[in-house]
Amino acid sequence: MAMDEKLIKKVIEEVLKEMKLNNDKPEVKTSSIADETGNMTLTEVGTFAQGKAPNEVVIGLAAAFGKHQTKTIIGIPHDQVLKEVIAGIEEEGMNYRIVRIYRTSDVAFVSHDSAKLSGSGIGIGIQSKGTTVIHQKDLFPLSNLELFSQAPLIDLATYRQIGKNAAKYAKGESPAPVPVKNDQMARPKYQAIAALLHIKETQYVDSDKKPQEIKVEFK
Amino acid sequence: MKSKRFEALAQRPVNKDGFVKEWAEVGLIAMDSPNDPIPSIKINGGKVTELDGKARKDFDMLDIFIADYAINLDNAEKVMAMDSLELARKLVDINVSRKEILKLTLSMTPAKIVEVVGKMNVLEMMMAATKMRARKIPSNQCHVTNLKDNMIQIAADAAEAAIRGFDEQETTVGIVRYAPFNALGILIGSQVGRPGVLTQCAVEEATELVLGMRGFTAYAETVSVYGTEPVFMDGDDTPWSKSFLASCYASRGLKMRFTSGTGSEVQMGYAEGKSMLYLEARCQFVTKGAGVQGTQNGSVSCVGVPAGVPGGIRAILAENLIGMMLDLECASSNDQTFTHSDLRRVARTLMQFVPGTDYICSGYSSTPNYDNMFAGSNWDAEDYDDWNIIQRDLKVDGGLKPVSEQDVVKVRNKAAKAIQALFRELELPEITDNEVEAATYAHGSKDMPDRNVVEDLKAAEELISKGITGVDIVKALYKAGFEDVAESVFKMLKQRVAGDYLHTSAILDKDFKVISAVNYANDYAGPQTGYQMSKERWAEISNIQNAVSPEDF
Repeated sequence: MAMDEKLIKKVIEEVLKEMKLNNDKPEVKTSSIADETGNMTLTEVGTFAQGKAPNEVVIGLAAAFGKHQTKTIIGIPHDQVLKEVIAGIEEEGMNYRIVRIYRTSDVAFVSHDSAKLSGSGIGIGIQSKGTTVIHQKDLFPLSNLELFSQAPLIDLATYRQIGKNAAKYAKGESPAPVPVKNDQMARPKYQAIAALLHIKETQYVDSDKKPQEIKVEFK
Repeated sequence: MKSKRFEALAQRPVNKDGFVKEWAEVGLIAMDSPNDPIPSIKINGGKVTELDGKARKDFDMLDIFIADYAINLDNAEKVMAMDSLELARKLVDINVSRKEILKLTLSMTPAKIVEVVGKMNVLEMMMAATKMRARKIPSNQCHVTNLKDNMIQIAADAAEAAIRGFDEQETTVGIVRYAPFNALGILIGSQVGRPGVLTQCAVEEATELVLGMRGFTAYAETVSVYGTEPVFMDGDDTPWSKSFLASCYASRGLKMRFTSGTGSEVQMGYAEGKSMLYLEARCQFVTKGAGVQGTQNGSVSCVGVPAGVPGGIRAILAENLIGMMLDLECASSNDQTFTHSDLRRVARTLMQFVPGTDYICSGYSSTPNYDNMFAGSNWDAEDYDDWNIIQRDLKVDGGLKPVSEQDVVKVRNKAAKAIQALFRELELPEITDNEVEAATYAHGSKDMPDRNVVEDLKAAEELISKGITGVDIVKALYKAGFEDVAESVFKMLKQRVAGDYLHTSAILDKDFKVISAVNYANDYAGPQTGYQMSKERWAEISNIQNAVSPEDF
């Protein structure tokens, strides 16, 4: 496995060199193929293919998720977040694929892009700070099926529920939406910090880079 | 050893707030970023060839829009050559009228207007706001939402908020698909409380427009503009597309304003190293250039960002003032929560409360904050008496009035019954008598029984697909025996045809007469001028129920 990664890494670096990609982008400079954070390895395996299978939900990760940032705004490790979302989808008997969206860090568009790439038309977008949206490809980008705008309130149980509900939408069901949570003191405590985290995520946005398929391996 | 003093201070609410240090390179700075441009303008053959230090060939789309549509060029070179300090002094000078100031400010560039307000302290800005507010009488707006998207509670809360004095009311959703029901709830409830209250439903822009065109809402506000190109593009938008949206509203005779605020660009990661206030000034010019009558600004939902850096609350007042200096209606936020500290939240609000703005809050949460689906407001239903008493203490008209429990229970009950009847007539999911009673006496959604959400969402979708409009609502209310409510909703629809409430800063009185900056313009020119509270209004504010009178003893 290690050999394979090295090999892939070398090939990709050469391809990148040939393409003369703008190398002042941090992720290109330190281009590593597998990103290990905590208990998971995310491997980029190429441009994400448009989904055809009606039984899949696409999980869209924002540019820094599990790579340059490793936990949500309240410190939940990204590997656990992803694990719960996947578990939720699988519990409903559906499949998942993971895509990293580079063109934007806006969660509405990360999730909408994921929905458009998904065979079922259902996608989930997750930012590094934890903000999550369940989207459907035919909705307006700034609309959604379910929006979890207050990242500090999303716990692991909610992430699992998000995966479950997304899978149910993909099956054509109308699940009861995950109960909305609201804490009027989340903003005073977290908004300025959220801005910092989002700035740091946005630094890895690359408007020319196509969505990349991600393989995840949990340890 | 640990200092007991510091231990006590650490426990204070203010120390639960998040603060960050300035980081100018990414725009995490309220005012005066070293990267803010120096004011300048060059005009050649009636075209702006240089704006704030940038040549036309280097303009981004905001520069082009602002240069071509937002600045009155006749006077521009003259005004740009004037000393900013002198201009700031004119703003606080009671001998220089609002009209004269507008001739100057409407010819400024964004960097110039920022430089001018940058010369003023908050007291001076408040004096300027007293003069520059467009409508003579200040007003107030509230939020009416709840965690369960319960439309019966929305109707009851809207009715109560209306008799408490709010002239505009805004709802939104926890679950997007509830939007049509929430819009109905706030419309019916507000008209039960006080005919002529304007209502809106803040959702995704296309849906919001549809609700307005259907007659479910009377105005819109959640049309956001941003101060940098990448943030605009993140929303798949341009100043032109927003202008197009604005003209859609105008073409249907619907009132609308744009929304923007300090901190949004840095929050979205694209501030280009500029100060929050400079970028917000660009938003205000885009608003002006689009021909929109008003703005909701004052950081709004990004308030935690400016509030986290030095001078942020001053910048928020400065941006409200910039809106007024561009002759826009200004709904001045004081809405979303930014602090755990009661002291900070009052200090922040006094900036707009004391001078008065077109809507001091936009809005004030008419529910307890746990039900506020804009993630909490700076003021909520549990603060009603505080607000009323601060009005009484300072003899300031903050738009609200004390009410009796008896009157509140009565209108809440009628609103709940009206929406129950409307749902029955429109064959929507049943609203039970039990729910009507709960809404009548509820404080928040914890007091409301749960509804069948899946069934509601299905019915809400059908309501839209069946093509139900305001006229159907009027008919259904009439048929159900709520003739007076039907008449109010009908009169609200008639406004679309008359179009008078499209004027700057328009609100409607209980007889559906327009009160705006056109027929009731602010003419403040020092003590005893401008808006003066009537004797009746002062009596209303003064007579709180918990004051004892000498005769009681």
